[in-house]
Amino acid sequence: MELDAVLLARIQFAFTAGFHFLFPPLTIGLAAIMVIMETIYVRTGDKFYLMMAKFWIKLFAATFSIGVATGIVLEFEFGTNWATYSRFVGDIFGSPLAAEGIFAFFLESGFLAVLLFGWDRVSPKMHLFSSYMVLIGSIMSAFWIVVANSWMQTPAGYHIVGTGSMMRAEIVDFWAMVFNPSAVSRFAHVIIGSFLEGGFFVMSISAYYLLRNRHLEFAKKSMVIALFFTAVFSVLQLVQGHTSAEIVAKYQPAKLAAMEGLFETQSNAPLYILGHPDEESQKTYGIAIPGFLSFLVHRDFDAVITGLDQFNENDRPPVWITFQSYHLMVALGMYFIFISLLSVFLYWRGKLFENKLVLWVLVFSVIGPYVANQVGWIAAEVGRQPWIVWNLLRTADAASKSVSGAEVLISLILFGILYALLLFVWLFIMDRKIKAGPEDSDEIPILTAGGAEILPQFRKN
Amino acid sequence: MDLNVIWYLLIGVLLIGYAILDGFDLGVGALHLFAKGDEERRLLLNSIGPVWDGNEVWLITAGGALFAAFPHAYATAFSGFYLAFMLLLVALIFRAVSIEFRSKREGRAWRNFWDYSFSVGSILSTVLFGVAIGNMVFGMKIGSDMEYAGSFFDLITPYTLLTGVFNLSLFTLHGAIFLNYKTEGQLQKKVRSWALKAFWVFLFLYLVLTSTTLYFKPEMIANFSFGQMVHKSAPMELVQSNQIVISSFAWVVVILNGLAIANIPRTLVQGKELQCFLSSACTIAALIFLFAIGVFPNMITSTINPEYSLTIYNAASSQGTLGIMLIMALIGMPLVLTYTISIYWVFRGKTVIPTQGY
Repeated sequence: MELDAVLLARIQFAFTAGFHFLFPPLTIGLAAIMVIMETIYVRTGDKFYLMMAKFWIKLFAATFSIGVATGIVLEFEFGTNWATYSRFVGDIFGSPLAAEGIFAFFLESGFLAVLLFGWDRVSPKMHLFSSYMVLIGSIMSAFWIVVANSWMQTPAGYHIVGTGSMMRAEIVDFWAMVFNPSAVSRFAHVIIGSFLEGGFFVMSISAYYLLRNRHLEFAKKSMVIALFFTAVFSVLQLVQGHTSAEIVAKYQPAKLAAMEGLFETQSNAPLYILGHPDEESQKTYGIAIPGFLSFLVHRDFDAVITGLDQFNENDRPPVWITFQSYHLMVALGMYFIFISLLSVFLYWRGKLFENKLVLWVLVFSVIGPYVANQVGWIAAEVGRQPWIVWNLLRTADAASKSVSGAEVLISLILFGILYALLLFVWLFIMDRKIKAGPEDSDEIPILTAGGAEILPQFRKN
Repeated sequence: MDLNVIWYLLIGVLLIGYAILDGFDLGVGALHLFAKGDEERRLLLNSIGPVWDGNEVWLITAGGALFAAFPHAYATAFSGFYLAFMLLLVALIFRAVSIEFRSKREGRAWRNFWDYSFSVGSILSTVLFGVAIGNMVFGMKIGSDMEYAGSFFDLITPYTLLTGVFNLSLFTLHGAIFLNYKTEGQLQKKVRSWALKAFWVFLFLYLVLTSTTLYFKPEMIANFSFGQMVHKSAPMELVQSNQIVISSFAWVVVILNGLAIANIPRTLVQGKELQCFLSSACTIAALIFLFAIGVFPNMITSTINPEYSLTIYNAASSQGTLGIMLIMALIGMPLVLTYTISIYWVFRGKTVIPTQGY
């Protein structure tokens, strides 16, 4: 049996990248929230906020380590599975990746040590500073990796050199490459998506405690911080998402057409709320608002939107997956606004903490941002197909020539087993920590990784 | 010195940073099962607890820098070492999560499981790093298209296994010396005896490896010969005019390497803990430099045809990228060194078991 090495490499990358992306958005979002709590502690001296920050940091730490461990896999996979791609983009893609290491990872991992193990080795202000540095480091790391990915979507600042297998993109203008047309917008989208994941995560656990009648003060205070945080960013994400879509329309019209299920170029193009794009009959069936897509993209109901018919058949992305994942993301985004504003309203009326139904909904709403972040990436990456670098290099030509399908299959199975184990252990540990509750961590030093807490009597100086 | 040479050196420096820092983490992992009882094992883990994660960042950054500066070397090596690197990743993940997860439950079976996976993960990663270096020294089946033309089993030879085991002895020694610096009392005595044993194994393997390399790959010392000898599988015209500088540098490294190795047992016995650790760090740095000088200007040597070898010139990015990256490194590396030193300063002193947790 001949194994399709490219297809397997794609499955492997999608699987390992998707799995990795379960973790960093939560750490970015949780970092932002714990920084807020710790800032309140340092400003007011209220130890309760310190205890709150410590609890969320415990959950943060267990998540962070998996994010790091699964992230290295991706950096290796560019070379192991996508060697031809690496040769083609190395001159450009490599520098953001190196910048991520030099500027972001070192900052993040260095100060993380102080954040986790430095409670009684540094002053509260220095500790707070370290927490900020971890947050900034994690955001910068998101920046550089999104820059690299955005260059694959909207390449800029390069020229093509060489021919055949030695053909590659070389940098002409570094800043044009960094601030390529979609980079800033997609970066903001990813960061806000991460903040929402952190916000819903904190709300979910707080709601759970409220329903169980445990740690009430802790749950209420955490809930309020996370709720306002989430409400602000869920509205911002709507505005931001709109900008992102406009950029896709301008620079990647085939992707927009796939996301919207638009087969035919037309003015007064409809916006599907729900639908089924049928690639056989080249038609989309579903509920649509006529003309609204034209309006959203060009602020004009009569504007013409390019459909998939303008592209050669072998240049079109898969429509169904792109359409559905994009629509699911948008629907979830709307849901986030609805549920967070509803909760803010109930809180304002003083009824949120008694409303069992809404609290239960909040407990389960944490699944929403996980799904939204995953399907958002699926829409972005599947919508870029058949290109690995938009209009420059095809995915089919990008895989490693020296790696066989069987080898990829072996590694895919290996990662499948390993990641299933990791996920199970992560869920198990999170569950135990959440059930143990925040009081467990009160007065007890944070002892996650390694637990190199040094007792005062043993400290030098 | 052109940009290509500077980047070759900088990647060497990143790898040295990784080998020195994560090298002791991996060495502690290799020794972990020799520690008896939960308390000793916790002390071992606590000694690397706050720093192992930052140490691994050196590998990530070295990988990113290799990708950016020498994309062909990155692509050829990583796809060529496919299964070996997948195993390496799995081993590194097991190592990392074992440190995190072990403390989360009291149960004996739970802790035993993570103890084994921590140790096996560390040992396997260390050996695989050594195997990779061995292949770079011995050469790989690289075709005219820069692609690896061999199989997984071509990578595993007696020579590359020797470099793998040698690396294990090096990191184990380094890890024991690090523990000697971080522990006290009974455990320190034990650790010191491990370090001495590891030293003799290391020294023996060092001599075996050096003579084997000289016998099978005499061209590895071409760059030490002041132009008297020619590296058969490297385009020496690229570096001919600089032979004096290269060879002088090479001999300085050889001498420093010898001094550093000799200093290890002396400082170990005399109880000069920090000096001993620095000697072992210098030994690692010197060994990586010796390897880098030996293959220079090749990065990956082809055993099919010397002309197919990937050199620091034909595998490199454009001069524009190398220049931009150099600016990044000049801004970034002082920052990195500042954080690294401050973190080690904050966590200085002997490791003690905390009252709670790990």
